[in-house]
Amino acid sequence: MKVKAFDIKLLVQIFITFFKIGPVTFGGGYAMIPLIEREVVEKRRWVKTEDVTDIFAVAESVPGAIAINSATFIGYRLAGVAGAIVAMTGVLLPTFFIVVMLSLFFLQVQDNPKVEAAFVSIRATIVALITYAAIKIGKTAIVDKTTVALIAITVAVLFFIHIHPVLIIISGGIIGIGIISLKKKLGISIKLEKEETVKPDYYLGAGI
Amino acid sequence: MLWDLFSTFFMIGFVSFGGGYAMIPLIQQEVVEKHGWMTVQSFTDVIAVAGMSPGPIATNSAIFIGYEQMGMAGAFMSALGMILPSLMIIITIGAIFYRIQKSLVVKSAFYGLRSIITGLIVYAAILFAKNNGLVSSFSWHTLSLLVIFGLSLLALIRFRIHPVYVILLSGLVGVALYG
Repeated sequence: MKVKAFDIKLLVQIFITFFKIGPVTFGGGYAMIPLIEREVVEKRRWVKTEDVTDIFAVAESVPGAIAINSATFIGYRLAGVAGAIVAMTGVLLPTFFIVVMLSLFFLQVQDNPKVEAAFVSIRATIVALITYAAIKIGKTAIVDKTTVALIAITVAVLFFIHIHPVLIIISGGIIGIGIISLKKKLGISIKLEKEETVKPDYYLGAGI
Repeated sequence: MLWDLFSTFFMIGFVSFGGGYAMIPLIQQEVVEKHGWMTVQSFTDVIAVAGMSPGPIATNSAIFIGYEQMGMAGAFMSALGMILPSLMIIITIGAIFYRIQKSLVVKSAFYGLRSIITGLIVYAAILFAKNNGLVSSFSWHTLSLLVIFGLSLLALIRFRIHPVYVILLSGLVGVALYG
């Protein structure tokens, strides 16, 4: 992969392209994927159709929101580190100001009795949203009995032992590598992913 | 304080595999338990507002929390903390070898990661249910919240209604029921 030299005109184009994508998507990063695809593949012809899957696969496997990650990665491939920064800023800036405005608005009205009443109900809905996210990621996570056990152990650990979630996540990766290499040594058949690719819903939970 | 915001979200940014709702228990741990910046209940409100805003939920929550704590500067530092790890990692991966995700080691790591993250979200769901009065002794109020929870879940799973509309609709129900 060759990274092009510093090019102001290209950087401006990258910024504008991702800036335009930002504010039209609601409810998480996956909503941005079809829009990013249309802009960078069809309109700008920066990325070939066959490369799109690779880009989103990378964006999904590094930490962070998939929309921001894919923009950053595309920016990097087009114009190096400067391209990555410009694309990331472009995609984030509109949402940044919208969230700030909404926060400001919410902080102003949160003591209003009607708003308070609305949020009593909304809080129950947010619990439903989190449950829904658990069901959805659970569907991709559960591939065998070991994964079911891992989920149960994680919940139990979180309830009874105080371990920081960051450590739990890091250990998750290490445990995964450990289990798979152990299974390989013991000659147990391994299944790493669901065979049928679950089509992601293009809205819920960035990167789930 | 600004440094606290930045370092908190910088650390979360490094491990935010799975993004979105997967990061809720992490942010909760840092923001509610460790720093005591808000209660679980007001953190639920943050998620609601983040979910109604365009863009990624985890980043939106960081921006909101930063804004609530320290105004514009706080919002900026939180957002920066959240995205900087992704930027650094993407540049590194892009520079070395971007087909890294196809290796067995990475796939094995994700085999473990996905289960652990599912566990984290299940835990978050239970925690939020408890702290928002969904799990308590019987009362009509608790029952009404459970019905709202059930209907919201049904709307999301069965009727595939967009979360933003489910949140807004639920707000109207709240005004009618508890207003």
